[in-house]
Amino acid sequence: MALRQCAIYGKGGIGKSTTTQNLVAGLAELGKKVMIVGCDPKADSTRLILHAKAQNSIMEMAANAGSVEDLELEDVMKVGYRDIKCVESGGPEPGVGCAGRGVITAINFLEEEGAYEEDLDFVFYDVLGDVVCGGFAMPIRENKAQEIYIVCSGEMMAMYAANNIAKGIVKYANSGGVRLAGLICNSRNTAREDELIMELARQLGTTMIHFVPRDNVVQRAEIRRMTVIEYEPTAKQAQEYRDLANKIINNKNFVIPTPITMDELEELLMSFGIMEEEDESIIGKTAAEESVAVAA
Amino acid sequence: MSNLTREETEALIAEVLEVYPEKAQKDRAKHLAVNDQSIEQSKKCITSNRKSLPGVMTIRGCAYAGSKGVVWGPIKDMIHISHGPVGCGQYSRAGRRNYYVGITGVNTYGTMNFTSDFQEKDIVFGGDKKLAKLIGEIEGLFPLHKGISVQSECPIGLIGDDIEAVSKKAAAELDKPVVPVRCEGFRGVSQSLGHHIANDAIRDWVFGRDGKDVKQEFVPGPYDVSIIGDYNIGGDAWSSRILLEEMGLRVVAQWSGDGTLAEIELTPKVKLNLIHCYRSMNYIARHMEEKYAIPWIEYNFFGPTKIAESLRAIAAHFDDKIKAGAEAVIAKYQPMVDAIVAKYRTRLEGKRVMLYVGGLRPRHVIGSYEDLGMEVVGTGYEFGHNDDYDRTIKEMGNATLLYDDVTGFEFEEFVKRVKPDLIGSGIKEKYIFQKMGVPFRQMHSWDYSGPYHGYDGFAIFARDMDMTINNPCWKTLHAPWLKKPEAVEELAKAA
Repeated sequence: MALRQCAIYGKGGIGKSTTTQNLVAGLAELGKKVMIVGCDPKADSTRLILHAKAQNSIMEMAANAGSVEDLELEDVMKVGYRDIKCVESGGPEPGVGCAGRGVITAINFLEEEGAYEEDLDFVFYDVLGDVVCGGFAMPIRENKAQEIYIVCSGEMMAMYAANNIAKGIVKYANSGGVRLAGLICNSRNTAREDELIMELARQLGTTMIHFVPRDNVVQRAEIRRMTVIEYEPTAKQAQEYRDLANKIINNKNFVIPTPITMDELEELLMSFGIMEEEDESIIGKTAAEESVAVAA
Repeated sequence: MSNLTREETEALIAEVLEVYPEKAQKDRAKHLAVNDQSIEQSKKCITSNRKSLPGVMTIRGCAYAGSKGVVWGPIKDMIHISHGPVGCGQYSRAGRRNYYVGITGVNTYGTMNFTSDFQEKDIVFGGDKKLAKLIGEIEGLFPLHKGISVQSECPIGLIGDDIEAVSKKAAAELDKPVVPVRCEGFRGVSQSLGHHIANDAIRDWVFGRDGKDVKQEFVPGPYDVSIIGDYNIGGDAWSSRILLEEMGLRVVAQWSGDGTLAEIELTPKVKLNLIHCYRSMNYIARHMEEKYAIPWIEYNFFGPTKIAESLRAIAAHFDDKIKAGAEAVIAKYQPMVDAIVAKYRTRLEGKRVMLYVGGLRPRHVIGSYEDLGMEVVGTGYEFGHNDDYDRTIKEMGNATLLYDDVTGFEFEEFVKRVKPDLIGSGIKEKYIFQKMGVPFRQMHSWDYSGPYHGYDGFAIFARDMDMTINNPCWKTLHAPWLKKPEAVEELAKAA
């Protein structure tokens, strides 16, 4: 089977790293050979696979060694649960330097060192929530990830972010082969969440590939730095991740997304009662002005 | 060839513009003009200080070049760090022939390259720690330095390094000025913004120290002046300074050619600021006028006519002793001037010159050519503003060409049609025009000669122009089988 490269995007804090590691554990259980590339300066994309706090990152080791040319692939790549290969790009503390450049350097290093030439079925890029600069779009440039999965929930900002990411994909879809492969709903238990995300997916031209329900076992596993599949293979939630893994293996629905306008998104949210209809008359009115209006 | 009429010059501009795409044509048309001395404000005829068009081969530099290369670099007892990857520092090292006295590496550092040599990891993790370390190493290795400037290259602005915080801390530790300069190359449309940023950095980070480093024994005098905007190219400031001293003034500071930090710090105590390069240093002169009530005047030490005018204008700010001093200086050098003119004028009379340079020279050197009987028939600024062109219109003859931020194509076409006897421009233009068979002088570096300022400089200027224009090599450029000049003309027409 040819190597499939997938990137996971989504709003910060939505559960990208947790979802990625759990579904990758599912893929590994099914005998797939997988590598995770963490593209986030926090370097927390592989801890559940490695049972580690935070893996030594490429940029951190390069800084210690002098330059990235002084590193070997085996220095940066760790092997964890069911032989899943793990790499973290790493980057600076918040507020200094250029994290985007760190992602670019790290991915170039992996390519040059032949990290992708090994016998691999899947590579998953777990990318920082906010695509703030070109560096964080690196994984979806030409010859890298071809499939993008967006993790979202039924909350307004998560959907707003999903739509923005779809816009970014359109830009790169026209110059390369990158396609939107589906939305993964990581449930926050909001009302009619599954229907809402299915509708958003439809409007974006894709599908909700899986609805991952909320379950505290995920947190219990995380405290132990484990995926659910490893911690409690018989848990109902473990089966959810296996289902997601299976759906990804069989996924053939790769599209150039059709992002929607802000008005369309607001309309969608209003039709599901998440957003109130806007009262145009109060815009720009101070409290004092309002009280005068009420008195009159 | 005789000079073009106004109509012919207008037609020439129109013809040159014709090859551009419509948008470029519209933009470039605003930057090309036929001089008309009756125009009071240049904005009525020419646009300047605008972004260059992609693809036109502009000759401009960047903000870093303006700050590090021009304003700060020549301050000889400071160490100027090129902060960022190594190239900007190395390729701007010692390129401008800013002469200085001192022992390089001990108490002066003008021709050395100090750089933080950014690597990938410095971009990703930020370079503040490296900068702090570098400053510490400088203090250890070169303890006699009087201060440090941090010249930002592009990446510093992109990754948001806090060089101000590092500089403040280091300045307190070293008890010397450490000056962060935000002159990232991508800022502005040319080196001009770099000059402005550099001037502001002096205002905020050197004057901002409130004379902390000024030696207490300095006693201000009634005839104190400073030379501002002379970079001592080939010794220009030296041949200027002696004239001011001979007329009875005391030159307290040279900005910045062969200049020191102490001189800069003393400048707020002078009676009059003398501005040679208006474009690069008018900002600090205006600041000193506002804050310290120091008047300033522009002067021009190219060629005896302008020198005499300038000496008298400077003297007018002082008492009769200085006025008499100025007259004495002019009289003293008159025989020398007469001898130079007698020797070279017959050889140069009627020769026509086209200029394209930066700073003050597109207008300031016109007088020295005219003193030799030559005529400037075209001129333009790399990075001038409208106040520069305001000052140029009166210096140039009617119907001569003005070209702002000229493109490679335009310059070549103008030269082909105007057929000047000499071109004065920079290293990037030199070999193109020499290969076209046109005598050429570099007017940034004085072609490794100089000085050209002052009376001594005029002697060298006259000799250099003569040996370039009347060099026998130009007659040997034609291939032996093209002996007849008509055949050359034919070929040129066909080309």
